[in-house]
Amino acid sequence: MTTMTVTAPPLKSRLRLPLLIWLSLGWLALMLLVAVSGDLWVPFDYQGIDLRARLQPPAWLEGGNWHHPFGTDHLGRDVLSRLVTSIQISLLVALIGTLIGALLGTLLGLLAAHFRGWVDDLVMIAIDYQASIPFMILALAVVAFFSNSLVLFVLLMGIFGWERYARISRGLALSSVRQGYAVAVRTLGASPWRIYSRHILPNIANALIVNMTLNFPQTIMLETSLSFLGLGIQPPMTSLGNMVGFGRDYLLTAWWLASIPALVIFFTTLAFALLGDWVRDKLDPTSR
Amino acid sequence: MMNISTSPKTATAPLLSVRDLRCSFKGGTRSRLFGPLKRIQAVNGVSFDVLPGEAFGIVGESGCGKSTTAKLILNMANASAGSVRLRDQELLGLDDSAWKPLRRKLQYVFQDPLGALDPRMRVLDQVIEPLCIHQLHAPATRRRLAAELLQSVGLQPGQHGKYPHELSGGQRQRVVLARALILQPELLICDEPISALDVSIQAQIVNLLQSLRRELGLTLLFISHDLSVVHHLCDRVAVMYLGRIVETGPARQLFSTPRHPYTQALVSAIPHTAQASPHARIVLTGEPPSPAQPPDGCAFHPRCAMASDRCRQDTPALTDDGTGQAVACFEARLDLREVS
Amino acid sequence: MNALYIMQKLARSFLTVLLIVTTVFVVLRLSGDPAVYVLGLDADAAAIEAFRDQWGLNRPIWQQYLQFLANAVQGDFGYSYFEERGAMEAVLERLPKTLLLMGVTGVLTLLIGIPAGIYAALHHNSWIDRFTMLVSVAGFSLPNFVLGIFLILLFSVTWQLLPSSGSGTWQHLVMPVLTMTVAEAAIFARFTRSAMLEVLHQPYMRTARAKGLRWHQAVRRHALPNAAIPLITLVGFFVGTLVAGGVVTESLFAWPGLGRLLVSSVANRDLAVVQIIVMLIACSMVFTNLLIDLMYGWLDPRVGSLRTGD
Repeated sequence: MTTMTVTAPPLKSRLRLPLLIWLSLGWLALMLLVAVSGDLWVPFDYQGIDLRARLQPPAWLEGGNWHHPFGTDHLGRDVLSRLVTSIQISLLVALIGTLIGALLGTLLGLLAAHFRGWVDDLVMIAIDYQASIPFMILALAVVAFFSNSLVLFVLLMGIFGWERYARISRGLALSSVRQGYAVAVRTLGASPWRIYSRHILPNIANALIVNMTLNFPQTIMLETSLSFLGLGIQPPMTSLGNMVGFGRDYLLTAWWLASIPALVIFFTTLAFALLGDWVRDKLDPTSR
Repeated sequence: MMNISTSPKTATAPLLSVRDLRCSFKGGTRSRLFGPLKRIQAVNGVSFDVLPGEAFGIVGESGCGKSTTAKLILNMANASAGSVRLRDQELLGLDDSAWKPLRRKLQYVFQDPLGALDPRMRVLDQVIEPLCIHQLHAPATRRRLAAELLQSVGLQPGQHGKYPHELSGGQRQRVVLARALILQPELLICDEPISALDVSIQAQIVNLLQSLRRELGLTLLFISHDLSVVHHLCDRVAVMYLGRIVETGPARQLFSTPRHPYTQALVSAIPHTAQASPHARIVLTGEPPSPAQPPDGCAFHPRCAMASDRCRQDTPALTDDGTGQAVACFEARLDLREVS
Repeated sequence: MNALYIMQKLARSFLTVLLIVTTVFVVLRLSGDPAVYVLGLDADAAAIEAFRDQWGLNRPIWQQYLQFLANAVQGDFGYSYFEERGAMEAVLERLPKTLLLMGVTGVLTLLIGIPAGIYAALHHNSWIDRFTMLVSVAGFSLPNFVLGIFLILLFSVTWQLLPSSGSGTWQHLVMPVLTMTVAEAAIFARFTRSAMLEVLHQPYMRTARAKGLRWHQAVRRHALPNAAIPLITLVGFFVGTLVAGGVVTESLFAWPGLGRLLVSSVANRDLAVVQIIVMLIACSMVFTNLLIDLMYGWLDPRVGSLRTGD
């Protein structure tokens, strides 16, 4: 008997957040702010090449200047401007990917729970199948076979993690049927649509949202890893992983090229992980 | 079989008429790896009538098929054969859209009120919901009707805005009752409505059902394993054993002169009331057999003290002897003489 | 655990493998005409026809599928046009390097992750527990390539202690192993801790104490064996992340293993090689999961009996 779907956390404890949670929230708010407002204040076009100003260090190092606060890369492009665009793209890809995965997985899970029989078998086989191959390998194979395009890549990010939503929504939908309230509403004459949208979905939303907070940083990690390998977001577009990938060749001479985006990735995924942990603890008192 | 009357000889047309209802499903464990699954005969030729305004009880041990019978009537499980009629309308085989208007006439009260209520909806909204589903009344009227009904089943206005887990078991069952009654159903099917409640609360709910019957003229199909409650509440009773009705008749008569050995055992186990039971306590030995492997002949014979060779081979049919009581037992008549 | 349970698991694994092989075949055919792909768009019609003839590409699709299956069973997965030799050969050559990396990482992960998790659980809510968990969260939210980059900056660029790429000496092994171990050990520590906490709160622990066992005896005799059971399920996940992490780590440190071969083959669209590696990984994952299922059924009597129906 899971009480997770039943109990809502008391909101009063919100005021006493641990320091790390404050920091995480602050960092994510900063990232969101940068992503939303970045286009208004970036100093340069992120693709603008200036070969006279190649590999300039950040402003706080010797030889740097505030013209390029985070320095420039091997083609003289402004690192700050590229960073802003990368944050926008990485967050956007992860967001769209997470939403697609949540939608697809939840839909398939509910279909399996509703129809049972061969539909259920099919979805369960697909879940097993998906879980039996590391998604990164699958993504690499798809990229190899179909060659890379932005749409395909975003779709791939969307497929990532669908099976967990499917498993959760299927399991919870089945248990809500077993509990009886779904059946009860049916005996009142409600249509399946009404049962799912008004009763089952609101009851499993908590678990799905928790899974989204887990899935989001993992999608960022997958996207940046693939982009780092040169098999994700393709130039002239840029993503955080992309920047680290190109910066790798300049670790000896221009360490900031790889380190700055790498730190941004780390802080972002760490903030999400800390926050996700905390949210799960608050929602599920049994996990303590 | 079909023309056996299980209703009293009156002119009233039955509200609900169940004939030779059967339900089987695959289940159990395989004996071999790719061996066939056994068919479980959960309901095996059940027939009875429920007259308008009466309370009809079905009693039996768990697993005897009484809940399945209710589910079959409500289209929550698929019958393999038989007929269920509400007045003149056949219910078996109807699709969901045809069922929707019928849901207003036929309502169901669940055993577990906590499970039957949506944990994330205020109870008042849950009582309003049937009206929304069937698009009855204006929104403001729905609210008023629901609040009135909740109050009349004994839930104070202060509790209308609560969530199910904030209420007690008895209060929850009152909400479930209100939700079923707001559609003004012709027939209310209660499937063990009190067995999940504390004993002290059970009597309150039974009394509530009793008074609701009087005030609203409700017809009740009451399913329970608790004979004393059925005795208290019902006009007529059917006793089920392993998917079949083994005895049926007017409640008073059936409880004072039970004829089927199984009914006799059940009745003898009722704690003594004012009218002392004429029977000595009969203790049943053994578990009820699994419906996946029913014994040959009369399903009750392995536990029956009076079983004869015939009982081990043939299945007795439900036969009315003219007193309004019908019994499915070869040896019943003999036993009646002994008792009286 | 009965024979039925084992048979069902075996059948399921076999089906999954067949499904994987079939998917690879379908995807391969969907992804374009191999003849055009190999010979180029401007190849003349006669050459393309000859190529199709040679590889059986103009036969009915089901015959091609059967041929594909037959070849797959014999380990013949075609020719790597990029490596200019049999694809299987190219893959097998890289396998030992990857196994070495994974083996060392695996052992280190268990040696660090499990004791850390047990220690944290036994000192639940102490500052050590919190610190371990913080490090663990940081560890698994640190992408492999990010950690790797920082390790290179420290050990190769700043201190110049370790080589940043290649293989051959033990020094080459240090950074790739470290990169992968951090994330894996973090996951193991976390999982071990929660499994231990779960077990420590069981009534049989109180019983064990009540009958006079010392705390450490009770932990050793009752808590550890019971906490180990759920850990087995983690192994499948572990192998999966190891494989995925290996791809990134090998590429970063130019470690000549399967992962790096996979990445370069994907970049070069060397489909024959990609196909083998994907199947190899998928099959080993299926095999791992099968082993886990069987072990689980063997260790936990509640799981081993087959349930039919719901």
